[in-house]
Amino acid sequence: MSTHEQFRLKVGLAEMLKGGVIMDVMTADQARIAEEGGAAAVMALERIPARIRREGGVARMSDPRLIREIEAAVSIPVMAKCRIGHTAEAQILETLGIDFIDESEVLTPADEEHHIDKHPFKVPFVCGCRELGEALRRIGEGAAMIRTKGEAGTGNVVEAVRHMRAVTRSIRLLSALSEDELMAEAKGLAAPYELVKQVARTGKLPVPNFAAGGVATPADAALMMQLGAEAVFVGSGIFEVGLDLKPEEQRREQLRMAQAMVKAVTNYNRPEVLTEISEGLPKPMRGITLESIPEEQLLAKRGW
Amino acid sequence: MRVPRVGVLALQGDFACHAASLGALGVDGRRVTRPQDLDGLDALVLPGGESTTMLRLIEGQRLREPLERFLSEKPVLGTCAGVILLGGDSAPLPAPPFGVLDVSVERNGYGRQIDSFCAEIEAKAVGGRFPGVFIRAPRIRRVGPSVEVVAWRRSDGAEEASEPVGVRRGNTVGLTFHPELTSDLRFHRWFLAEVAGLDVPEAPVSGATTGTPAARGRS
Repeated sequence: MSTHEQFRLKVGLAEMLKGGVIMDVMTADQARIAEEGGAAAVMALERIPARIRREGGVARMSDPRLIREIEAAVSIPVMAKCRIGHTAEAQILETLGIDFIDESEVLTPADEEHHIDKHPFKVPFVCGCRELGEALRRIGEGAAMIRTKGEAGTGNVVEAVRHMRAVTRSIRLLSALSEDELMAEAKGLAAPYELVKQVARTGKLPVPNFAAGGVATPADAALMMQLGAEAVFVGSGIFEVGLDLKPEEQRREQLRMAQAMVKAVTNYNRPEVLTEISEGLPKPMRGITLESIPEEQLLAKRGW
Repeated sequence: MRVPRVGVLALQGDFACHAASLGALGVDGRRVTRPQDLDGLDALVLPGGESTTMLRLIEGQRLREPLERFLSEKPVLGTCAGVILLGGDSAPLPAPPFGVLDVSVERNGYGRQIDSFCAEIEAKAVGGRFPGVFIRAPRIRRVGPSVEVVAWRRSDGAEEASEPVGVRRGNTVGLTFHPELTSDLRFHRWFLAEVAGLDVPEAPVSGATTGTPAARGRS
């Protein structure tokens, strides 16, 4: 198969996920709740970002056994995270038949200079970004989907909004430039020139553009869609809900939150529907303000 | 000439790619997410995506009965997940499919994403060979007597066609591959003109471009 066809298949799967919600899950049972709640895909990981934040330590790829259990539990696509620059973890995930790899700043980076060369892989990759230059560098390395980084595990959507606005604003600015201004712009963005030209011509990223990082309520998810996201990742926002409840109640509340997130993304432009689904929802995760996080604990700064 | 009104079910999946393909043919693909969005449509497209998610959203958006009515009367094109929705049986699903096409469909019949592939297909309706893009594609395991096969996947190296990948019954068409991910508009044109009997303007809707940006840049 040509590399062109290979890339088409990778971006194709990203297209299939549009308009959907991708949910972080830590167990096969959570994966079933996510699927029942209407998730378009699940992200298998050992600890959701809020826990990584609480517990600290080095966060790594999940145990293959957990990933296999989750793959067996659901029929929707299963994604999993590997550390930035950790090619061997990515190879393991590919061997496990993972449908999409997230080379993620949520895990502790393995390389502080380089990301994975994603072109040789058959499995597609999604990578986070804070601005357009970072997005285009990742696409240049072979990413088939881009998401905002936001600030995972905070339950605070402010960073995802900042990153989405930064990307869409830069795209609009590029579209207004003339051809002879694009090389200097590429230099400024530290982005591949060909991709800069393509974005300037088409007015959009060459791969789907999703939102992630701090989405804690259905209204947060709707906001990200209104800002131009084509789908939404919900990390800690579902399975951090109802932690103080009995297992059965907890399951019910988490399912309700999952369903509400999905409905909010489908109806993101209909305030009357958003109002209805926001009413009497389970209490969302408590959340953290960005000012209270020490500089060195900010996940979004990881990635180069 | 009246410009046809064609809807694209836009609950989840690659509805934007279908809208782009329709747009390149001069048809403004209208997004359908509520029952009232079906009013006045001449035809409908069911896109690729996750069939289980779509079925849940169809219930949640109270689209089940309106869609049943629409599918029994009007022309419909379903791709990938769309075939599963149109088909007869393909367990496990959270709700029954619509059963407009008498076919049995196996979900993810070729495997996971690493088993996704591109393959040439053979379709007389669109004048012969067509680039087939199969993504976690369903597999048609049984074709009922009322159903006509309109596209075959050629087996590797063999001269004769092998496996059905496109089916039609009356004005309902199901394809297990994704013409909307290519810049080749023949299947969309055939569906609009031949199957649905609509006038195809052929003048791109302003701003319309075909296929995914990735496909556009290089094909």
